[in-house]
Amino acid sequence: MINKIISINEAIEKVQDNMTIMVGGFLANGSPESLIDALVASNVKNLTLICNDTGFPDKGVGKMVVSKQFKKIIASHVGTNPETANQMNSGTTEVCLTPQGTLAEKIRCGGNGLGGFYTPTGIGTEAEEGKEKKIINGKEYIFEMPLRADVALLKASVVDKKGNMVFNKTTKNFNPIMATAADLVIVEAEKIVEVGEINPEHVMCSGIFVDYIVGGGK
Amino acid sequence: MNEKAVIAKRVAQLLHDGDVVNLGIGLPTMVANYIPEGMDITFQSENGFLGLGPAPEQGKEDCELVNAGGIPSSIVPGGMFFDSATSFGIIRGGHVDATVLGAMEVDEKGNLANWKIPGKMVPGMGGAMDLVVGANTVIIAMVHTQKGKPKILKQCTLPLTAKEQVNIIVTEMALMRVTDKGLVLEELGPEATVEDVIAATEAKLIISPNLKRFGLDE
Repeated sequence: MINKIISINEAIEKVQDNMTIMVGGFLANGSPESLIDALVASNVKNLTLICNDTGFPDKGVGKMVVSKQFKKIIASHVGTNPETANQMNSGTTEVCLTPQGTLAEKIRCGGNGLGGFYTPTGIGTEAEEGKEKKIINGKEYIFEMPLRADVALLKASVVDKKGNMVFNKTTKNFNPIMATAADLVIVEAEKIVEVGEINPEHVMCSGIFVDYIVGGGK
Repeated sequence: MNEKAVIAKRVAQLLHDGDVVNLGIGLPTMVANYIPEGMDITFQSENGFLGLGPAPEQGKEDCELVNAGGIPSSIVPGGMFFDSATSFGIIRGGHVDATVLGAMEVDEKGNLANWKIPGKMVPGMGGAMDLVVGANTVIIAMVHTQKGKPKILKQCTLPLTAKEQVNIIVTEMALMRVTDKGLVLEELGPEATVEDVIAATEAKLIISPNLKRFGLDE
């Protein structure tokens, strides 16, 4: 069996300047805090972030916003982190706001081999600007493209050594869909167990999507 | 009863036994406290679960179980957790009977603006654009004016969250319904007169021939 378990330092070396990263979590609930802390310390920069939100200045991916590691942020909400607004207003970081359901579905398409989808969300708003529109069965839709990343950084509650994952309660959010939509997937595990210890009925996302596992999740 | 409680209670009376309902952050969250006895409502929380329950007792908070505002929450028996793509599939797919949201501006055509004040505040739309398009009934719950300035307008001036999706507006002064003919004043709040409502509203109001007062004691 391939050993997927690596150290935090080995994991963050996979993230290099100018890459696009996806980070799991919803207002830092279900975010890989240990990986984020190590990335803050690493000084990797000019990254593009895909995440539901930018967390808080001291919590979740927001810590990397404070340390100015993103040139572009794709998110649905940035209101809980004033630093994101500062960088957006000063023009140092490009912020691309996307409706949350559209963001989730773009990622799902990216991981599921689909070329995009038509959604009614955002019709008549700024979200439709520059996009193809189409009437299907009398209703207007916007075409949205799939989204992928170089690296996905996830958080799971229990991970077996093949990478099969269990997410506790509301920590699931974007984690399992991002697992499918990046070239390299690293999961931060709160608890690592032997293969077979998780009942297949209870596996929420397969280890086939996971390249590396890091222990010590908070 | 204070004005926010009046609004929350009147909105709660608009729901139906068996409904799936998503409540926005702030005042809309208060609606859950006024569900009439015997009415079974399933609350959806867009960060990833059905069966949102009351806030946990102090000291019993679970940091892995949060609502869409990131605040520790609870799940009731019969609930379920899911990922963000599934969550918004439920929302866009028409499986949410009603959503209750606040507004910065709403107009007589049912347009809604609640995500951006250009040059001042750009928190992002989060899940609001999907919710307003996807939910079968869109209820706006808000205080009637912003420091005396009308928020119910002939036409929204701020960037839209959705075009022509609002069905009902409930404030401490009135219940209004968006119809093909325009905005109909159907009910008056406990202390308001028709003249008060007209004075506090920029939109043209059609006074319902069946105009009545909120039946908050029913």
